[in-house]
This record gives sequence, C-alpha cells and structure tokens, in this order.
Amino acid sequence: MIFDEARQFRETRPLGLIARTLRTLHLDGPLLVGLIALACLGMVILYSAAGQDGDIVVRQAVRFGAGLAAMFLLAQVPPHFLRLWAPYFYFLALVLLLLVIVTGDVGKGAQRWLDLGLIRFQPSEIMKIALPLMAAWYLHQRSLPPGLLTIIVLTIMVITPVVLIGIQPDLGTALLIASSGAIVVLLAGVSLRFIAVCSGLGLALAPALWLTMKDYQRSRVLTFLDPESDPLGAGYHIIQSKIAIGSGGVFGKGWNNGSQAQLEFLPERSTDFIFAVLGEEFGLLGLLTLLVLYLVIVGRGLWIASQAQNTFSRLLAGAISLTFFVYLIVNAGMVSGLLPVVGVPLPLVSYGGTSMVTLMAAFGILMSIHTNRKLLST
Amino acid sequence: MSRRSKKQAAAAPVGWRAFMVLAGLFVGAALLVYRAVDLQVFDDGFLSRQGDARHLRVARLSAHRGPILDRHGEPLAVSTPVDSLWANPGEVTPEIDRLAEVAQVASVSQDWLARRLSSNVNREFVYLRRHMPPNDAARVLRLKVPGIYTQREYRRYYPGGEVTGHLVGFTDIDDHGQEGLELAYDEWLRGHPGAKRVMRDRLGHTIADVESIRVARPGQTLETSIDLRIQYLAYRELKRAYLDHRAVSASVVVIDVDSGEVLALANQPSFNPNKREDYEARRYRNRAATDIFEPGSALKPLIVASAIEHGLYEPHTVIDTAPGYMRIGGWLIEDARDFGAIDVTTVLTKSSNVGATKIALSLESGQLWSTLAGFGLGNVTASGFPGESAGLLNDPVHWRPITQATIAYGYGLSVTPLQLAQAYATLAADGVRYPVTFQKLESSPVGQRVVSPQTAQAMLSMLETVISPEGTGQLAAVPGYRVAGKTGTSKKTEAGGYADDRYRSVFAGVAPVSDPQLAIVVVIDEPRGRDYYGGDVAAPVFASVMSGALRLLAVPPDGVLPPASGEILQAAIDPAVVQ
Repeated sequence: MIFDEARQFRETRPLGLIARTLRTLHLDGPLLVGLIALACLGMVILYSAAGQDGDIVVRQAVRFGAGLAAMFLLAQVPPHFLRLWAPYFYFLALVLLLLVIVTGDVGKGAQRWLDLGLIRFQPSEIMKIALPLMAAWYLHQRSLPPGLLTIIVLTIMVITPVVLIGIQPDLGTALLIASSGAIVVLLAGVSLRFIAVCSGLGLALAPALWLTMKDYQRSRVLTFLDPESDPLGAGYHIIQSKIAIGSGGVFGKGWNNGSQAQLEFLPERSTDFIFAVLGEEFGLLGLLTLLVLYLVIVGRGLWIASQAQNTFSRLLAGAISLTFFVYLIVNAGMVSGLLPVVGVPLPLVSYGGTSMVTLMAAFGILMSIHTNRKLLST
Repeated sequence: MSRRSKKQAAAAPVGWRAFMVLAGLFVGAALLVYRAVDLQVFDDGFLSRQGDARHLRVARLSAHRGPILDRHGEPLAVSTPVDSLWANPGEVTPEIDRLAEVAQVASVSQDWLARRLSSNVNREFVYLRRHMPPNDAARVLRLKVPGIYTQREYRRYYPGGEVTGHLVGFTDIDDHGQEGLELAYDEWLRGHPGAKRVMRDRLGHTIADVESIRVARPGQTLETSIDLRIQYLAYRELKRAYLDHRAVSASVVVIDVDSGEVLALANQPSFNPNKREDYEARRYRNRAATDIFEPGSALKPLIVASAIEHGLYEPHTVIDTAPGYMRIGGWLIEDARDFGAIDVTTVLTKSSNVGATKIALSLESGQLWSTLAGFGLGNVTASGFPGESAGLLNDPVHWRPITQATIAYGYGLSVTPLQLAQAYATLAADGVRYPVTFQKLESSPVGQRVVSPQTAQAMLSMLETVISPEGTGQLAAVPGYRVAGKTGTSKKTEAGGYADDRYRSVFAGVAPVSDPQLAIVVVIDEPRGRDYYGGDVAAPVFASVMSGALRLLAVPPDGVLPPASGEILQAAIDPAVVQ
C-alpha cells in the first residue's frame, strides 16, 4: 500500500528524498515543521521565562523528544486500528480518572496526578485524546446528521469525564475536554436550530453553574470582569500580565530583558503565563509570529480533516485541530485579559510534561490519518 | 434525517459548516491580534509606565552631616554610621512565627513588635528600631526574614559630652539640628542625600542601578572658634564653683579680644548631648546666650567709660560720695560704707554706687544710652546662636532720673553673659567692638569703634585697681599677669521687688592689661554658701580660667611676680615661652 502511494506520487510530481522519507515514515512535512518551529520558539522563551535556567530548557527538550516519539508511534498506527481500540481507550481513561479521585496525589490544592511509580501523570491529559476518539468512533456508526438519541448518548459520553475532571478540580482541562466534545458534535452536523437551543439552555444554566463553582473560581470570574477591584489579590496575575504584554510594545524589550518577567512580577511565567513573557520581550511581532505558527499547524490539521475519507477520520482530525486552537485562544485570552483566568497552558510552549506528550500524540494521529488515506484516482 | 442527507453530508463536507469553522478560526485569531495591538500599540505608553512603576524605584543615598571641630581641629560633633531597622508589615505578616527570633536579635519586646506590625499592616514602611550599631542590624538581616530591611543613617556623636553640650547642641533622630551650633549652622552642616534610580524585583531586592539622579553630598565641616582645651578648663572650674557654692546655675564665657571669637562657653547645669534622656530645657538651655540678668556693679565701667568719652570726667576727677548714700525721688542709693571724697578710679575700685550714680546723672540720657548700645547692650550679638536674648535696654525717652541712677550700678537693664563679655572685650580692644562669633575666623574682622583708644586705655588702668589688695576683686588676680576687671553682686528680682538674700555674683575682666588677649565673664547665680559677693564667688573662677587659658595660649607674662613664689613662677609660665 505504501509503495503504491509512493509510486503514485512519483508519477504525478518530482519528489525529493526528504518528502519520500517522510512519506515512508508516515509523517506530514508541513505539520512536523510547524510543530518543531513552535517548540523551538517555545524553548527560546522558556529559557528567558525560567530566569536563564538551561536545565529547564533541556528538560523541556527531552519532553518534546518524548512527544516526537509518541507522535511517530501513533503515526504508524492506521486509523482503523485506532477506531477499533477507541472504546477501550476511553474506558481505560475513565477508570484512571476514577482512580485519581480515589488515590491521586494532591498538587497545588487539587487532586490531578496519578503516581504509577515510574511516572507521574494526569489522566485528564489522556482523556483529551480518548474523548474525541470515542466520539468519532460513536458517530462513525450513526447516521449523520445525528439524531436526538445520538446527541444524548454523546452528551453523556462527554459530560462524564468533564464532571470527573471538574471535581478534581481542574476547571481549565474540564472546559477544554468539553469543548473538544462540542467540536465533534458540531462537526458531525447538528442543525443550526439545535445549536441555538443549546446556547439558550447554556445561558439559562449559567446561574446554576455559578452556584456550583468554588469560591476561588468565582473570584476568578469576578476578577476577570474587574481586575482592578483587587489588584494585590485575585487581580494581581492579570494586571501584571497585561502590563507585561503592553509594555513590550511593537518590538519588545529584547530577549531576557523583560522587567515584568525577569524581576518576578509576572506569576507562573514559565507555565501558564509564558505568553506574556513572549509579548513583553518580543513585542507585537513576537505574538504575531506565534499566532502564525499556530495557524499553520491548525490550518494544516483542518486541511487533513477535509481530505479525510471517512467520518471517523474527518471528525477526529477536525476535533484535534480545533481543540488545539481552542487551547491557544483560552490561554492567550486569559493571559491578555480577554477571558477569566483558568489554568490552561499554552500548548507546546508552556513548561510541562504530560500535555506536551499528549498533544504530540494527537498530531501523530493526524499524520496517520493523512498518510494512510487511500488514494482515489485523480 | 434520511439516508440521503447523510450521504450528502458525508460527500460534501465543505458547506456552511466548514465555512463556520473557518469563520470561527478567523474570529479567534482576529480577536487575539486585536487584543495584542490594543495592549501593545494603543496602551503601550500607559502599560510601559505601569511596568516601570513596578520595578523602578528611587533609592536614597544617605549623606552624613558635616563634623563640628574646635579651632585646632579637635572634633566636637561627628557622625557615625548606624542602621535603622524597618519592615514592610504586609511582607512580614506571613512569617509571624519568626517574630520571636527577630525580637530577640533586635533587642525589642516581642509583644511590642507584634503590635507594631499588626497596627501598621496597611503601610509599607514602619521603623522597628532606629540607630542600631551596624553589626547588630546585620545580625537581624542574617535571619533572612522577608520584609525586614535596614536603612543606613548617621547618628551624631559628641566626644566632648557635657563639656561642649551647650555649644554644639544636638540633632533630632532625623539628624536635623535642634539646638546650639547644630541648629545655627544646620544648613551648612546638613548632608544632602543623593538619589539614584534602581531596578528592584518583586521582593524588593535591588537588582541593578539604572541611573544616578543626584549625587549625595555630605555636609560641610564647621570649624568653630572654640578652643577645646580652654573649654575643658572653663567647664571644670565653673562646675567646681557651681558645686562648692551650691548655686542654681552658672555661666562662663571666654572671648578672644582681638577677633571677637568665642574661645569657650560653659554653663551649669549641663547635659550630655549623647544621652537623650538628658534632654530637658532646664539642662540644655545655653544660659550664657539665652538668660538675661541685671549686671549690677559689673556695668559701672561702661558708665565711667561713657563719662570719660564725653569729656565730663577724668580718672582723677574727685567725686564726693559722702555720706555714703543719696536719695533720688524717694529711692535710697547707698554704698557699703561712706567712702568720702574719692576719685573716679576709686569709685570703681571700691564699687561706689553713689559715685557711679553721680557720674551717670551728669550725662545726658541719650549720651549714656548710645555708649551702652555701642557696647552691644540691648541687641543680640552677631553670634547667631539660636535663642540668644537681646537683653533689655529701654529707649532713653522712657528714662526717669531714677532709671538713669539705677542703670549706673547695673539695675533696670539686663544683659546676657555673652553681651557682657563682648562689652569687656570691646574695652580691651582699644574701644573697638568686634562681632561675637562662634566661627573660626581666617582674617581679622571689621570692628566698630565705641570709645576712643585713650578712654579704653584709661578704663583698663582704672579696672586694674579693682584687682589690687584695696579692690573688691583681689581674688581675680593671676600671678604673673596684669588683670583688669570688675566685680558685680546684684540682688535677684522676685515678685514685688528685689530679694534680700538671693544674689547673682559676677566677675568680668580682661588680661593681660599691657596687651589684652582674653575677656572672661563669670556669672554664678544664687550661691547658697556663706559667700555671695562677686569678688568672693565669681572672681576665683575668673582667675583660674584666665591663668590656665593664658598659659595654654602661651601669652607672655606682663606682671610682677611676688618674689617669694618662684615655684609659682615655674607653674604659671609655659616652659615654651620661657625657653
């Protein structure tokens, strides 16, 4: 099969050695270049954000290497295998989430970690891949656009992990996973009317959501609405980060020269608020560069989705790409004061392990989808 | 939802749905770009300033106060570095369990410390302890309790202690002059702290200097006219007399005749400016400059000088003082006894009130007033000493005959010891009044002639007789030197008139007569021993200060020594002069 494709391509256009090798390895060139460029930019910023700590950058590079390995492995798995294993994977992730609630490690006041002796990871990260897989698997067998029953099953499928993660509590991840579920449903083709009704319901339920939120979560929302109301408390993060971004101006203050970042005014600057470090030290040009890199990756992902040959692949590819973009919007929006503060890292840039590996694994799936499609005669 | 529509959806993925996805993507990206431009282009100025406001701080560069030196460079006041401990209560509060450590090392009470922090929790700066020895402050810092800092300051140290206390005065805890020369020359002495812009991190650590705003300028050195050796001597002798006579207070002033420089000035009771618990007005008041008194007979020489200057009398003009008293408008003026017909010199030698009154009454009030004012009475001296009094000398239009009569023997007007010393220095300086100053002079000052050299010479000759065995001031004699001076014993005022048993003993004099160098005034207020006459109480102090000072200044003797006292000769003359 692989050889068939290669022959096809060789016939249609001249292919270089690199393109042939990539094809052989089931890798997608543009996506790979975009990911590596983004990770490199991320490590450059991380070096500055971590206070010129080379060790942290090395550790991040090792994680990125692990991510590349995960990507490579998943790229070799044909999509129909993924589809076969999707339900098992989903339920395994659910069990792990339950385990976290029973025995998980506590970090920063929330129970998110599972310690398996050798490695310590957040099962919620696995769910980030497992849920789109499961939803795509389920919709693949249903008629499209989905009927009401399908949507109800789908909703339960999404809500269960979201609730389990929400009570850890990890509101950020829960929202991201919910949005990935919503994206699958949207891509599956629900009617406009349905979307409108759901939006209305959501707004109506907002007060109920407010009542179930924890105090610190409420204060985050209130702070988002008026950061200056508590400049030394809840509003501190967002004020410092807006100052960091804004004082960068168009060209930035220069690498390792951001006063907000280097003098420790900016909190969480190597993790959730790394976007502000970029904005301060590289200015508007830096932010635009970052945005272009993300758009290249997301655009390529959507292109892959559009070229996918069955419902499962298309939904999965679309969901992975768009969820990635949602990550960016939520993080950048939070850091620049457009959205309330939720603990969402900047994908592939923020310092952190599990999320790096799962994201890269998801891109491995994208590559698998793309390189395993059956070529129709053109 | 028919099979047909499913097929359509599957076959045609690019429809409004794909458009919506792309639109969503676009809107999201546009929002981010808009936000970035909004913050980084439109709000850039404001947010940059906010950023600067967070990490740029102006740090103070402390500058020490200038030292005060005596005329030979001996220190009278110096600044030593100390550290003041302060805290940012908000930062310390989370470390409340470490307060015990801090309290112990800083030697403050833990309760006090806790209260101080909790009651100032909304401030960013509160002193914990000021003026600690730098070593102790460093030990507190080594505890590394967040929010506790030190600030370099300077504390005044006065090596002379209470000997020079009244002269130098003192500063407050912020190093601003409060009394004495510290106050008079505050502008000159004050250090001008510099400022620099520094970069600080969130915890307040200074990371780097950004720019210098103002260079710190230490205060300037004040070279005073004081001679610390004479000052010690004057202080010691005054204190001895003060204690011996159980006096209420006492003052001594030593002035350099040719320049008006104050060489020494001391008072009792005194205070140690290094000990703040000593700071009470009764003790730190510089009585020699601030307190006025009726000079009594010590004023007579000025009256006589006025009469001679105006050509009404000669030293040998005879005045009849019999029968030893006179009445003016119902007031009785009396002498110690009936001196009979005596010349003007003897009026001074014996301190005859009747004689002095007759001399004063022969002058026009305007003449008398202008001479007294010329000697500096009724006006503050040029010393600039804080709180100095002008004394009291009424305008002659208000004088009645009895006023002019009492002024003759030193009542009805008031002077400060400093003014009296200035007047005697003027007599000694051939009748030229030089401005009194506490600053060391580099060149001779410009004086103002009050009486002619002849009058001044005549006055010194007459006043020399006061020290003779016939005079009232024989105890003021200094072996080896010719001394001119005048005693004074005035009754103190009290409610309704003059007290019968409370006196002020005064001696004012100059030496050596052949070439006067020093004028010294000694005032002992209310001696409570057996003696109260100026010649018995104040004159001995004058003698010991004058003899010591003349030797210290290596002034050649001009007097005849008693032949039998060769040992005294050796002691009295500085070996350097004898060679």
